[in-house]
Amino acid sequence: MSGYFEVKNLKVDFKTFEGQKNVLDIDSLALDKGETFGIVGESGAGKTVLALTILLLLSAPPAVIRSGSINLDGENLLQKTEKEMQKIRGRNISMIFQDPMSTLNPVFTVGEQIIRVFKNNKRITRKDAQKEALRMIETVKLPDAANIMAKYPHELSGGQRQRIVIAIALSCGSEFLIADEPTRNLDVTIQAGILKLVAELQKELGVTVLFIANNLGLVSAICSRVAILHEGRIVETGKVKEVLKDPRHPYTLTLLNAIPRDKGEKVNLDNIVFKDSENANEKGCRYYYRCPEKKDLCRDTEPVCRLIAGTHTVACHMAFKGGEAGGKQHTEG
Amino acid sequence: MTKNLGLINSIKPRIKEIRLSLYLLGRNRLTRLSLVVVILLILIALVAPYIVPYPEHIETETNPEDKLLLPSGDYFFGTDELGRDVFSRVLYGTRISLQTALVAVGLALLIGIPLGAIAGATGGIVDEIIMRITDIFLSFPPLLLAIAIAAFLGPSLENAMLAIAVSWWPWYTRLIRGQAVSIRERQFVKAARAIGTPPMKIVFGHIVPNCIAPVIVQASMDIGGVILTIASLSFLGLGAQPPTPEWGLMVSTSRNYFLNAWWYSIFPGLAIFVTVLVFNLLGDGLREILDPKTRKI
Repeated sequence: MSGYFEVKNLKVDFKTFEGQKNVLDIDSLALDKGETFGIVGESGAGKTVLALTILLLLSAPPAVIRSGSINLDGENLLQKTEKEMQKIRGRNISMIFQDPMSTLNPVFTVGEQIIRVFKNNKRITRKDAQKEALRMIETVKLPDAANIMAKYPHELSGGQRQRIVIAIALSCGSEFLIADEPTRNLDVTIQAGILKLVAELQKELGVTVLFIANNLGLVSAICSRVAILHEGRIVETGKVKEVLKDPRHPYTLTLLNAIPRDKGEKVNLDNIVFKDSENANEKGCRYYYRCPEKKDLCRDTEPVCRLIAGTHTVACHMAFKGGEAGGKQHTEG
Repeated sequence: MTKNLGLINSIKPRIKEIRLSLYLLGRNRLTRLSLVVVILLILIALVAPYIVPYPEHIETETNPEDKLLLPSGDYFFGTDELGRDVFSRVLYGTRISLQTALVAVGLALLIGIPLGAIAGATGGIVDEIIMRITDIFLSFPPLLLAIAIAAFLGPSLENAMLAIAVSWWPWYTRLIRGQAVSIRERQFVKAARAIGTPPMKIVFGHIVPNCIAPVIVQASMDIGGVILTIASLSFLGLGAQPPTPEWGLMVSTSRNYFLNAWWYSIFPGLAIFVTVLVFNLLGDGLREILDPKTRKI
């Protein structure tokens, strides 16, 4: 079960003028080789910080990695020097960024950019690199690859660009791919296309994918397991089916209820409490002030992740009291 | 046109770019004119020694019996105080001016671009050190600094070039550093790091190509400015030395004969004027091509 990629006891703080704030506190997160693992959370939950921490790309002055380990294939990335990380980035881990509009260098043709990736990683002649690049563009299912090669990023649509970004990430030949909201800023049909592509490539190439999204629906479409991230903490994790069928954390429930359902049913917006800095609970459960189920216990003691059933774990005091903290309002449609 | 471009496009993308650039350059009438004149100047510079009517007048030979003649069929621009053909000398001067200007600007770019890009892309203490040194150079008026350096090195055309390069590079450093700072924060730079691109490749492969456009525009305009500065240095006796047919030097010597031999100073002056003007116009045109935002297709 354990092994390929593991994050343990990771604590990341941002040190600012106003003081030190903990932004990421992950007890344990483990991925098996070849699986697609989803991370879901609202904006500001720390999803991108997690992705950048894995690559050690967080800008150093505000961010401080306090403790923990990130193991990839048995090697702790946090102990690597910047030089060693340069080799690991791309070769072992690559990342697809949020916004395909700005991830490509505007002054080079996309073909040139893929060719460069090949030339950076391997000793390869330009001609061979060109062939490889062409093959890569075909791999991400873009028609008329030869023509696309000669295009500049601004000449391509968002979906096409995201496919190129995926091609670049794959060109490095890494087996671990972090996809940080790859479908953000894309319209729904293109989202579906990109999702399908990621799923297909994952199967074809056997890469391990850490798929970050702010929408449980996307994750349920392609991931085998999922973790719900809230305020830098994993509040619920398990197989996608387990979490979707029987969401135990009130936050997961809010996320699920926020997805518009079919048959013209209106989303109930009344129960959504927005976060603001004034009602941040530092001592106990981070979700305390927004939680409809809160009790005094929640204010003072931080809940830890506990196993509920199978691989399903939840960090919520209420999930155990009377068995059904969540699940009441949500019925799987 | 589009169909035609598309066909070539799939075979050779470069052709498309060149054609587009030429098309964009040719659209503005002033730019087109300046491009033609610049090409003409370059051609003249290349073949000047072979086409001038009196090649012997360029260097040492003098012809005292023909001194200070009005422009005529024999001497298109008249003759100077030593009886040399002003036309031949002005034509040959193109070669000297363009050559020195290109070398001086090239040197300045060679110093300025890497320093500015590294300063902007690295930030922190490196940035501080490079930019403070740059500020020191910028605190002198450029012509004054060039004069001081040229005077210190001793008057010759080579030293004048060096002096101009030394007083010119800080402008490029500052220009490219400002660009680099904003490019550094762009997502594609982070993405390049995320796939393990080494820092120097990021600076010269991603950051420099993205901030080079304003530098090219500035440099092409500066060629005019540098020609002017070299002429100024020569005029002051700190640049080219006689008998080199340098425009500034010719204007300088002609001062004494200006009242009765107007052609002697007008033609080299006109050459400076036209050259500086066309390089400035070309710079404007280049700006339009290189900045896609001002580009209207």
